[in-house]
Amino acid sequence: MSTQHQVQMQDRYEINPLFLFRWEESQESHVLLYPEGVVKLNQTAATILKHCDGELTVDQFITEIANEFDQTDPEVIAQSVVKFLEASHDKGWIRAKN
Amino acid sequence: MTKAGSELRIDGDGKPIWVSLELTYQCPLKCVFCSNPLDYDSYREGELTTEQWKKVIREAREMGAMQIGFTGGEPTLRKDLEELIGYADDLGFYTNLITSGVGLTVERLQRLKELGLKHIQLGFQSCDEQVANQMAGVESYQRKLSIAKEIKALGFPMVLNVPVTRQNLPQIPDILLLAEELEVEYMELANVQYYNWALVNRDQLLPTRAELEWAEREVNKFRERIGDKMTIFFVIPDYYDGRPKACMNGWGSIHLTIAPDGSALPCSQARTLKDLTFPTVKDHSLKWLWEQSETFMKYRGDKWMKEPCCSCDEREKDFGGCRCQALALTGDAANTDPACSKSPHHHVIQEAISGAEMARELEINQRLIVREAGAVAVELKTEVEA
Ligand code: SF4
Ligand code: SF4
Repeated sequence: MSTQHQVQMQDRYEINPLFLFRWEESQESHVLLYPEGVVKLNQTAATILKHCDGELTVDQFITEIANEFDQTDPEVIAQSVVKFLEASHDKGWIRAKN
Repeated sequence: MTKAGSELRIDGDGKPIWVSLELTYQCPLKCVFCSNPLDYDSYREGELTTEQWKKVIREAREMGAMQIGFTGGEPTLRKDLEELIGYADDLGFYTNLITSGVGLTVERLQRLKELGLKHIQLGFQSCDEQVANQMAGVESYQRKLSIAKEIKALGFPMVLNVPVTRQNLPQIPDILLLAEELEVEYMELANVQYYNWALVNRDQLLPTRAELEWAEREVNKFRERIGDKMTIFFVIPDYYDGRPKACMNGWGSIHLTIAPDGSALPCSQARTLKDLTFPTVKDHSLKWLWEQSETFMKYRGDKWMKEPCCSCDEREKDFGGCRCQALALTGDAANTDPACSKSPHHHVIQEAISGAEMARELEINQRLIVREAGAVAVELKTEVEA
């Protein structure tokens, strides 16, 4: 299943309802739980997924994330965010919201 | 029970991540591939009480477990199923119900939805009613089909779990179409694990390599068409793979099973290891059982390994395979799983394959043995002298 998904800056994403995204104290990290599986997320991944709320568009939340990380130029992080979103989409973690 | 997720390679740092509660071994079905103990009926008395199960759930969560499976037997036979699932959900577990569907009603499903049940794995045999009923040992096809629809109507994520045998393999393309119609998200074409009832019936159940390769091609064709609407798990069984399964991600590594009587097991088959004792949650804390009981210590890590595993560079990958399969087929649980082509006992797997082929060529249509109390002598003979 490598239908490489193309992320557009105006797209909105949300967590696939099959997945449960939450903080897990015992792992001291965010996790994605799904039927019979667990993915432990690093901090960057968790920050991006937190913004997949179905409300913000990709370019909006890139700006927000840039602010959170005190990065004045959103372009610097844009590429890695888009890459991560594409990978997450292909794994089925998130889906585009129309 | 089989894993649908292939991503479970999370290192628990010594914590159990996944807890499987076998609430009961009782079941209205009599599946010919059932992996419950041959003497399942002797567990009828002595099942844990609601409060005892709750203690297990609580302690498992305190130890860091995140996934919990309610399984059996048929877990819906327990009247306290709803109470236990609700309790687990409140504590933050991702709750999975593994069921044959028989015993579920719309009302129970609605209640489970309200209580926070996250996912249902439905055991399914075939889209051909006759084959399905033959494999389940009981007429159950229509019931399963209608409950599958109800599960979807309520919006549960559903894994359709189909154990692949010679009987249903030719129907795989049609089973996939049915799954598409039902809008199933995950389809698991599961390997039958040849323990207990499945081992008794192995000659009749085991598909040939050619059949499996055909099935794989059909699955791939379907995958191409359906895209990411459905995830299909299908792997060539260990018997044909030359390498064993990474059983349970390693003994006592992330997985913990509690049997109906409260025994804590590293995997649901572990009780076949007769040189181990199986202390229960009635007498011990889960923490002690996990961290200190001999049952969990014995094959944890790789110190116990013999040749060829102990000097093999793949041992981090498959942990030497399955202890229970090693015991059942070679007579010693510490041996390399004979599914591995490097195992000196690999010939028993090859013989099983040719045995099944021969049975078919000679058209020895031995009757399938359905799961029934006392149907077979409980001590299965191991196939080679140890
Ligand atoms: S495999 Fe069949 S008989 Fe065995 S517990 Fe599951 S549904 Fe019941
Ligand atoms: S020899 Fe042991 S560790 Fe190596 S591949 Fe075979 S089972 Fe795995």
